[in-house]
Amino acid sequence: MSFSWAKAYEPKHPLMRWLDQRLPLPRLVYGAVGGGYPVPRNLNYWWNFGVLAGLALTIQIVTGIVLAMHYVASGDLAFQSVEHIMRDVNEGWLLRYVHANGASFFFIVTYIHIFRGIYFGSYKAPRELVWMLGLVILLLMMATAFMGYVLPWGQMSFWGAKVITGLFSAIPVVGTSVQQWLLGGYAPDQATLNRFFSLHYLLPFVIAGVVILHIWALHIPGSSNPTGVEVQSEQDTVPFHPFYTAKDGWFASLCITLFALVTFYAPNYLGHADNYIPANPLSTPAHIVPEWYFWPFYAILRAFTSDFLLPAKLWGVIAMFSAIILLFFLPWLDPSPVRSGNYRPTFKWFFWILVVDVIVLGFCGGRPAEEPWVMISQVATMYYFAHFLIVLPIISWTEKTLPLPSSITASVLHGEAAEAAPIDMSGQRPATAH
Amino acid sequence: MATVEHSNGAHSAGVEDGVRRRDFINIAAVSAAGVAGLATLYPLLNQMNPSADVLALASTEIDISAIKPGQAVKTIFRKQPLFVRHLTPQEIQAANQVPLSELRDPQSLAERTKPGKAQWLVTMGVCTHLGCVPLGAGEGENRGPFGGYFCPCHGSAYDTAARIRRGPAPKNLEVPDYSFKSDTVITVGKAA
Ligand code: HEM
Ligand code: FES
Repeated sequence: MSFSWAKAYEPKHPLMRWLDQRLPLPRLVYGAVGGGYPVPRNLNYWWNFGVLAGLALTIQIVTGIVLAMHYVASGDLAFQSVEHIMRDVNEGWLLRYVHANGASFFFIVTYIHIFRGIYFGSYKAPRELVWMLGLVILLLMMATAFMGYVLPWGQMSFWGAKVITGLFSAIPVVGTSVQQWLLGGYAPDQATLNRFFSLHYLLPFVIAGVVILHIWALHIPGSSNPTGVEVQSEQDTVPFHPFYTAKDGWFASLCITLFALVTFYAPNYLGHADNYIPANPLSTPAHIVPEWYFWPFYAILRAFTSDFLLPAKLWGVIAMFSAIILLFFLPWLDPSPVRSGNYRPTFKWFFWILVVDVIVLGFCGGRPAEEPWVMISQVATMYYFAHFLIVLPIISWTEKTLPLPSSITASVLHGEAAEAAPIDMSGQRPATAH
Repeated sequence: MATVEHSNGAHSAGVEDGVRRRDFINIAAVSAAGVAGLATLYPLLNQMNPSADVLALASTEIDISAIKPGQAVKTIFRKQPLFVRHLTPQEIQAANQVPLSELRDPQSLAERTKPGKAQWLVTMGVCTHLGCVPLGAGEGENRGPFGGYFCPCHGSAYDTAARIRRGPAPKNLEVPDYSFKSDTVITVGKAA
C-alpha cells in the first residue's frame, strides 16, 4: 500500500492461498489492518479514537438491528413498543440502554477524534479528503442520531422533530413546503415516524460505506503522527499488527469498561426525563433541548435574536450549518506548513481557547433561552467563527514555529532538542511538513 | 467498426457536416435516459409530500359561547394547536395603540380579525420561529412581556393581537381561514 517496505501478504495455509487467488480478501485485510500496513511508530493515545469510532458504529448497528425486531414505527404504538422493550423483551432494557448511550459514546469519541485532527493538523495536505470525508460522516451521524431520537415518540422526540424540521422553514419562499415535505404533513405524525425509521435504519450503512472511503483515502499517505513530520524510512514505522492492534485493543477494553459503567449505573444521566412522557402535539415541554451532542450547534442557532438584512431565524440556521461547513475549508484557512500544534506555540494557545469556546457553547445550548446564556452564546459564537476565519489565517502567516525534528525516529530516540539543529555538515536535511 | 469505415470514406453525408449518425444516436440515447431518470426521481421524492388523507382539509367547528373576555381556548386544527381568544376592551386598545411601523410583521388588529368581531382573535398555536406551542392560552400561563403569548422554546413574545414583538420568530401567529357560522360558532378551514 502506502510504503515500499510494506510487507506483502503471504498466505500460509493452503486454503488461504486458494482463497487469495480467487478473491484477495485476506490480502486486503492484511494490507489495511494487518502486518502489511506500516504505521508511524510514535502515535500517542489521541490516535486511538478512530478505531473507537468504528467500534461505536458497530455497537449501534448490532443493537439497532435487534431493537428493530421489537420496535413498532406507529404513532399509536411506538412509545408503547419501547416500554415493551424496556420491561418485557428479554434483556431489552440492556439493548436499548446500550443503543441510547452508545450514541453518546459515539459522539464523544468522534468529537475527540475531530479535535485531535485540528490540533495535529491532520487536515493538511495530503490528507484533505480524509478530513472532508470525516466531516461527511459527522453530518450523517447527526442526521441518524436526530431521527433515532424521534423513534421512541416521547415529548422530546416529537418536539425535537418539530423544531429541527422547523429549521428548514427558514429558507425563503420554499421553506414551508420543504418542511411539509420532510414531515409528510403539517406537524410530525405517522408519516414522519415511518420515514424516520426507514432512514434511521439506512443511514448507518451509508456511514459504514463512507468510513471505508475515509480509511481508503487515509491509507494512501498513511497516518500522520504527533510530530507532523512525514514518514521517511522503514525505521519510522511499525506494522499495524501486532503493535497497534494490541494498543487499540487494550484501550478499547478500557473505554468499553467506562461505557459499561455509565450504561449500567447511570443509563438515563445523558437523557431527558421528558422523553418518558408520550408525545403530545398540544403541549410543548417547558424547556426543550436536543441531546447534549447538539448543544454547541443549538447555542449558535439561538444566538441570533434580531433581524439584520435577513430575518433572525434565517441567520440562526445559516450560522448553525456554517459552523460545520466552515470546517470543510480548514485545510485552506490554515496554510501553515507546520502540521503539529506541538511546534506551533501561538496556535496551541488558540486551539485551547477554541476547545473552551465550544464547551461554553455546549453549556449555553443546554440552558433555557434566557440571559445571561443568550449573551454568552453570542460572544462564543462570534469567537467560533473568528477563530477559523481571522485568527487561524493570521497566526499561520505570522507565527514563528519551533524547529521540527529531522525524522520521526530521531524525535523518538534522541529527544527533539538535539535533533532540532538546521542542516548540518553531514548534509542531513531536517524534515519539514511538506 | 463503423468508426473506422467512416474515417477513411468521406462519401457519407453525415461526415461532411461533421455530425455522424452515431453521435446523434448517442446524444439522443443519453438525453432520453436523463429525462427518464428525472421522471423516475419525481415519484420517489413526491411520495414524501403530505398524502391525500392528510391534505383533506377537515374543517373544525368551534363553539365559542363559553369563552369569557380575557379567556382563551386551545383546540386542534389540522393536527396542530389552534388558539381562540376573547379579547378584553383593554387588550383591543393595547393592540390598536401600537404604531404599525414598530412591528416586525406589520398588521393591524382589524386585519387579523373579522369585521365587527375585533374581540375574537383566532390564530394557530404554532410559534412562527420553529413551531413550538406558545404559552398564554391556558389559565395562569405566562403571557410574556406584551400580554399575548410567550414561546418558551427560544423566547418569542407576541402581543394581544398575537403579533411578534420580540425574540427570534419572524412572523405573527398565523390566522387560519375561518368564518362565523353564527355569533357563537366558528368554522375553521374551508367549509365543505
Ligand atoms: C450511526 C449509528 C446510530 C446512531 C447514532 C443511533 C442513534 C439512536 C438514538 C439516539 C436513538 C434514541 C434512543 C432512545 O432515546 O431511546 C435510537 C433509537 C433507535 N435506533 Fe438507532 N442509532 C444508530 C444505528 C441504528 C441501526 C443500524 C438501527 C437498525 C435498524 C437502529 C435502530 C433503532 C431503533 C429501532 C430505535 C428505537 C428504539 C429506542 O428508542 O431505543 N439504530 N438510535
Ligand atoms: S419556537 Fe418559539 S421561539 Fe423558537
